[in-house]
Amino acid sequence: MNQELINALNSIVANATPLVIASMGETITERAGVVNLSLNGSIILSAMAGFVVALQADSLIIGLIVAILVGALIALIISVASIELRRDQIAVGFVLTLLAADLAQFLGQDFTRVPGPRISKWSFPILSEIPIIGDIFFDHDVFVYFSFVLVIAAWFWLFRTRGGLEHRAIGERPESAFARGTNVNRMRYFYTVFGGGLVGLAGAAYSLSVKPGWATPPAMQGDGWIALAIVIFGGWHPFRVVFGAYLFAGLRAASSAIQRNGGLDLPLVDVHVNISFILLNGLPWLLMILTLLAVSSGGIERLVSLLPRQIQNRMRNVLRSDPPAALGTRFEAE
Amino acid sequence: MIFMDVEVKNIHKRFGPVHANNDISVTFKGGNIVGILGENGAGKSTLMKILSGFQPADSGEIWIDGRPVDYHGPRAAIAHGVGMLQQDPLDVPAFTVLENFIYGAPGGMNLNRPQAQRQLSEVSQRFGFDLDPETPINRLSIAQRQQLEIVRLLALGVKLLILDEPTTGISAEQKNVLFEALRNLAKNDGLSVLLVSHKLEDVIALCDEVVVLRAGKLVGTKQLPATTDELVTLMFGEELAPHQPEDIEFGDTVLKLDRVHLASKRLSITDLSLEVRAGEVIGLAGLDGSGQRLMMRACVGLEKCVAGDVFINGQRMTGQAYRSFMQHGVSFGAAGRLEEGLIAGLTLTEHIALVSERGMVIDWARARQHTETQIKLYDVRGHADNMIEQLSGGNQQRVLMALLPENPVVLVLEQPTRGLDVDSARWIWQQLLKRRADGTAIIFSSAELDEIVTYSDRILVFYAGQIYEIRDPDAVSIDELGRLIGGDFQSSDHVERLA
Repeated sequence: MNQELINALNSIVANATPLVIASMGETITERAGVVNLSLNGSIILSAMAGFVVALQADSLIIGLIVAILVGALIALIISVASIELRRDQIAVGFVLTLLAADLAQFLGQDFTRVPGPRISKWSFPILSEIPIIGDIFFDHDVFVYFSFVLVIAAWFWLFRTRGGLEHRAIGERPESAFARGTNVNRMRYFYTVFGGGLVGLAGAAYSLSVKPGWATPPAMQGDGWIALAIVIFGGWHPFRVVFGAYLFAGLRAASSAIQRNGGLDLPLVDVHVNISFILLNGLPWLLMILTLLAVSSGGIERLVSLLPRQIQNRMRNVLRSDPPAALGTRFEAE
Repeated sequence: MIFMDVEVKNIHKRFGPVHANNDISVTFKGGNIVGILGENGAGKSTLMKILSGFQPADSGEIWIDGRPVDYHGPRAAIAHGVGMLQQDPLDVPAFTVLENFIYGAPGGMNLNRPQAQRQLSEVSQRFGFDLDPETPINRLSIAQRQQLEIVRLLALGVKLLILDEPTTGISAEQKNVLFEALRNLAKNDGLSVLLVSHKLEDVIALCDEVVVLRAGKLVGTKQLPATTDELVTLMFGEELAPHQPEDIEFGDTVLKLDRVHLASKRLSITDLSLEVRAGEVIGLAGLDGSGQRLMMRACVGLEKCVAGDVFINGQRMTGQAYRSFMQHGVSFGAAGRLEEGLIAGLTLTEHIALVSERGMVIDWARARQHTETQIKLYDVRGHADNMIEQLSGGNQQRVLMALLPENPVVLVLEQPTRGLDVDSARWIWQQLLKRRADGTAIIFSSAELDEIVTYSDRILVFYAGQIYEIRDPDAVSIDELGRLIGGDFQSSDHVERLA
């Protein structure tokens, strides 16, 4: 494998990491039946807060903690508004995303294009020695390694533990969860705030690593919406979500590479094709819609039913396209 | 044997003005199968929800084995040995059978699937239940979901099992499996079973004893065997409503169903032929979900006929939409006032404007004037600017009446007086009878048997998609009608099978 390609894949993994962390946080929240629509604003505000605090306090750790707290706080507002005040989650999330993004630009105006701290790279011992794989996946900073652990932990939690069963039940049918003794609203608070904390961390992963510093307009503008789309594309399953995030980052890298080349050289036929970069930018979305259509068509289900029974349900979990049945609804015990 | 005696003492529960449980005290002995009988709204479900922890009582006590207990929530009730199978079993559709079985059971972080699977198959085999652990719930029938829920509750150590209308939506064969398992549990394990049902035949087939509620009060208990007659008398009381005879000349046939076949998920009606003449009032009797809804919707074009034809005033309307039925003078009032008939969030004026204003631009002054007139005419206690949901049920019903066209050819009304007090109900009927005198044919359903006997010129009795006709309502007592809606058609010589 040539070095250029390895470098490209390495940077795709790095660039996808904030998306992975944010969409995993949203997956956890939505699996509990709550929509945190504030992702775009949350990420921007926590990116700004993380960077500015890390700079002022001269401590990356404090910067990280503040970023997490900002994300968690916004999520807390959504859960209080939805659970206590019985407001619509979508409406509150939408207002918060606008508010947080503007607040970030206002509070961060003295810190645009100021040099500041960033998390340094740390090649993972032993694993980074593996040829190719090591170069692509284990030659990064801690955000990337954390995202790996996060994905596996989220999957294990959701599908391999009693707590995960309860977590999914809250998002699917809270009445049943209540009948089994689960305090639905308390758990929804927890998962919303926890997921929000991860969204905050994703913000810090931009401003302290992938796109270091703070600028106006923010470099991560729009990525929160992408993360929300990736959760849907990923069918609320951690593995498919992470695949979606990498796919998206990969397509984005490809499109900017083609843009740099001024077009695409087709090696076999020796033709240089000029592709509009606007079209290229739209490509990831098109691919997502096509995948969703494929997954939600009956054909996939027919294929799955040909598999051995044990694997069937696992495949259904991975291929599902329905949101958690109680997503965005309120629950009140009688 | 695990006999457990449960006693409820002086239970009260109010929902707003409704006294759903009024000082109910009753003892359930271990090893007994008890039927809980009562009409819709008699307070059966409320009492069972209190017993199983889904709702707190306003006051009163629950004693188990001679000691008072105080629990909050269904989980705590199960810990005390009381579990309830809801009509729509409370499972998680996205889970597999095994995951549902595990969720809620005690245990550590680890799922320990093999052990749970052993436990599940042990219990289900004992009762002949067919439950495959890896099947997702959304592929099971209602009967299988009930079986799973029963197995789950038993595994949690439930000693008093409450079943809410368990025989709705399951086949006769599945019912036999279920009843066999319940008898087995009661006789061999000493489990208590409470069967909430309004199907008398089920109660008579299964129970040792019945407890009857009427209008929130306990009106009697009775050891079985008893005759259907005795149970009906307990359920409906003995008062017979006087029937005011009216001599009305019926006009021509306005609605005709010709060999109509209808099918829904749960039941089907085959080969129904019926002619309704101008000025006739047809009452539809039957327990909820016996086919009345299906037929009424077919009469107004909201339900497609599988086969057969619908005629309005001699014109073939088969397959046409509700809108064109409306243009031919058919009007429909749905049972769910706020769900289907009225629009929460709109004012009275906006409602009136919706039906009266025909142009592109609404003349609000005119609509408002029209509303004021209608409010006076229909004696609605409310203001033109009130949101519809701010009105009481009786006043909402009056608004619905005001929204109906002046001289419809056929009026189809689902439970037009449901939840209304006697006065409002009588007022609604005055309005309806006025229209009928003008030649409107009326088809209505009701859960109140005396309402049906009082106002109908003909009665159709629905039972699981079968339809029987009573041509002479005067000859039928409320008792007999009660037996008929329970499916006992053999003993009556007043009925004739229609479909």
